[in-house]
Amino acid sequence: MFDALGSSLRASLRRLTGSGRISAADLEAGLADIRTSLVGADVAMSVVAQLLERISERARVSEIVGGLGAGERMLGILHSALTETLGGSGRDLDLRERPATILLLGLQGAGKTTTAAKLAYRLAKDGRRPLLVAADPRRPAAAEQLATLAAAIKVPMHREPIGTPVAEIGTRAIAAARRLGLDVVIIDSSGRTTLDDELLEELRDLRDATKPRERLLVLDAATGQSALAIAEGFKSIAEPTGLILSKLDGDARGGAALSIAGGAGIPVVYVGTGERSDALERFHPERIANRILDMGDLATLAERVRDAEIGPMAAPDAEVRAKAAEARALRGGMTFDDLLGQLRQMSSLGPIGQVVKMIPGMGGMAEQAEAAVASGELKRTEAIILSMTPAERRDPALLTLPRRRRIAAGAGRAIEEVNRLVKRLEEMRTLMRRAGGGDPSRLMGGGAGLPGKHAGGRIPPKAAKREKRPKKGGKRR
Amino acid sequence: MKLAFWRKSSPDDEKRVAEATTPASNPLAKVLRRFTAPEPDWREIEEALLASDVGLVATTALIQAARDGDGADGRSRVRAAALSLLGEDPANLNDEADVVLLVGVNGVGKTTTAAKLAARAKSAGLSPLLVAADTFRAAAIDQLRALGVREGVEVVEGRPGGDPAAAIHDALTLAAARDFSPVIIDTAGRMQTRSGLMDELAKIRRVVTKVAPTRTVEVLLVLDGTAGQNGLAQARGFDASAGIDGIVLTKLDSGARGGVALAVRRELGLPIRWVGTGERATDLVPFAAEAYVDGLLGAPTGS
Repeated sequence: MFDALGSSLRASLRRLTGSGRISAADLEAGLADIRTSLVGADVAMSVVAQLLERISERARVSEIVGGLGAGERMLGILHSALTETLGGSGRDLDLRERPATILLLGLQGAGKTTTAAKLAYRLAKDGRRPLLVAADPRRPAAAEQLATLAAAIKVPMHREPIGTPVAEIGTRAIAAARRLGLDVVIIDSSGRTTLDDELLEELRDLRDATKPRERLLVLDAATGQSALAIAEGFKSIAEPTGLILSKLDGDARGGAALSIAGGAGIPVVYVGTGERSDALERFHPERIANRILDMGDLATLAERVRDAEIGPMAAPDAEVRAKAAEARALRGGMTFDDLLGQLRQMSSLGPIGQVVKMIPGMGGMAEQAEAAVASGELKRTEAIILSMTPAERRDPALLTLPRRRRIAAGAGRAIEEVNRLVKRLEEMRTLMRRAGGGDPSRLMGGGAGLPGKHAGGRIPPKAAKREKRPKKGGKRR
Repeated sequence: MKLAFWRKSSPDDEKRVAEATTPASNPLAKVLRRFTAPEPDWREIEEALLASDVGLVATTALIQAARDGDGADGRSRVRAAALSLLGEDPANLNDEADVVLLVGVNGVGKTTTAAKLAARAKSAGLSPLLVAADTFRAAAIDQLRALGVREGVEVVEGRPGGDPAAAIHDALTLAAARDFSPVIIDTAGRMQTRSGLMDELAKIRRVVTKVAPTRTVEVLLVLDGTAGQNGLAQARGFDASAGIDGIVLTKLDSGARGGVALAVRRELGLPIRWVGTGERATDLVPFAAEAYVDGLLGAPTGS
């Protein structure tokens, strides 16, 4: 997310930080690079000008030119300018009303319907009871699409026959929510390719009838220079209270976030990062600025780990198991079960490239990690582990040559791959014993950090303890 | 010949292209109108081109060509440069294509474009067949079925969640048996960064060739007119997996100018074939370079 913008901005900064002191010419060249990055990321021209002015003004005030530590300070200036333009500390939705009403706005194809379902899923996860409302009286199959998505996430959905005036749809939906004891009403309004009078009237009616405190504009992250004009258009009709940037899982640079927050003053509240219903993330300006500058986004990663851990899908004793797995790992007794748990955990966090990007300084590794996934390496590793017996998974010392042959055949892989995996686990065990925790590399390369929710479910603590003893290769069942 | 006829641009079509590309507020037109002298402020023109999503590379090339070229004023010099960038409208082999495969990212308007193409072919006296091969998006098949009914065009439907290639196979077999032509295939939206889905598209492309080896296939990338420079990444990604023959630029009535199409033409040499100008079934017209450029640059001074 935002990575292309990030990498070109970082390149500009490297040029600035390369030398100890920055000359006036260096600064000018740096600002020109920053402009190129921002324009290439589709940031509106007016916002580009505004940002550059802010940055160069601060550079002047803090006497960057000729001063020491200019690179660091320049990074700070850039970071704060981006954060401020993106809306400072971010905001939460106002959902105090019962029922609280959220109206989703946007052009055709922006992703309103998908976003409505994602928002409902998210709010339901937070303990709210949402109702999805199809208020697109025209597009063929719009209501069907919402109905399908609503059924998939088990959220109730309200619809009226084609041709029902939107104001009526809205009032009836709110009445239905009251009757059913639901506390959030999410209205999916109709999209147009253009803001015509008909849409204007429709949105006005809908707004008057439902008085939504939150009016969220949904915009495709790939939108170019017209993003600001689109936002201004909706501003005059419905005064959006926030922006949801959809489809940020592609390679769109998402400059529209800067355009709309900076140019129209509409803060970004969520970003859509995939096709699944859970692919909607809170937007934190500070964190995104960190990501753009490759300062990492550990906060978001931690949240995802927590969500994957204690989300609705996780087993109730996940936390206990995770702790046991971690303790085991730290004693150097990591098992194939633990490794399997980690592999699965990684995939439940989302696309690996996204995960890697959130780790400070590892932005550049995202592609490598994606390649590992694309080449099926993780899947193959999983297949090999799954071809082992439970006992073998707990104790690599059991893996004699005939057993390895059997596993290789079972997984449909070469025996060399099995050997490599066994060796890798042994290396991890050694590493872990030495590190004994606290080392951030555990998170990825070492592979032993993320507590796996599936990890070691079958091993009683006693068995885990026994594994600490020197291996004899004997049977231990 | 007959098959190519529905793709030909009429004067009325050209007028629609120009109108759709001329939004209410056009910074480029405003700038160009101000510079009546042969030597305008190129820096301002550059800003205005960038504000139309033309992108840095194509903008720099355009400005350079305009500065090197002749002309009475800034507008005519930029106009000449843009037209030469868009190139001669080639006598396109694909005019005879009778299988049209529509591909693109999510939400760009593939399904509506499929229906509009079918409506246009039908009104030109052909018997088109629509194929709902978007088996992924909830209710995409319902949407195309409804549009097919409205336009009086037969629709072959994939099974929700099923293999899109299977639906395409069925459709091409049916088309051979009952003489449907052109066959217009709507596929699921997909991000060009998702390698699995790109592979699926490559497979779809292979199936078409395998089932109907004698048919001419045209793969059209549908690009949202409001797209920025990511449109270029989309074109690259889809070209690598499915081999793109041309571009459909949609939603040009939205106030966007679709400048990214110039970037795509310059970087990848892909021609723009169709332009979506509105929501009615008839709002899809063949691309016309002069009309498009005139819309993009605004009316000349004094006209």
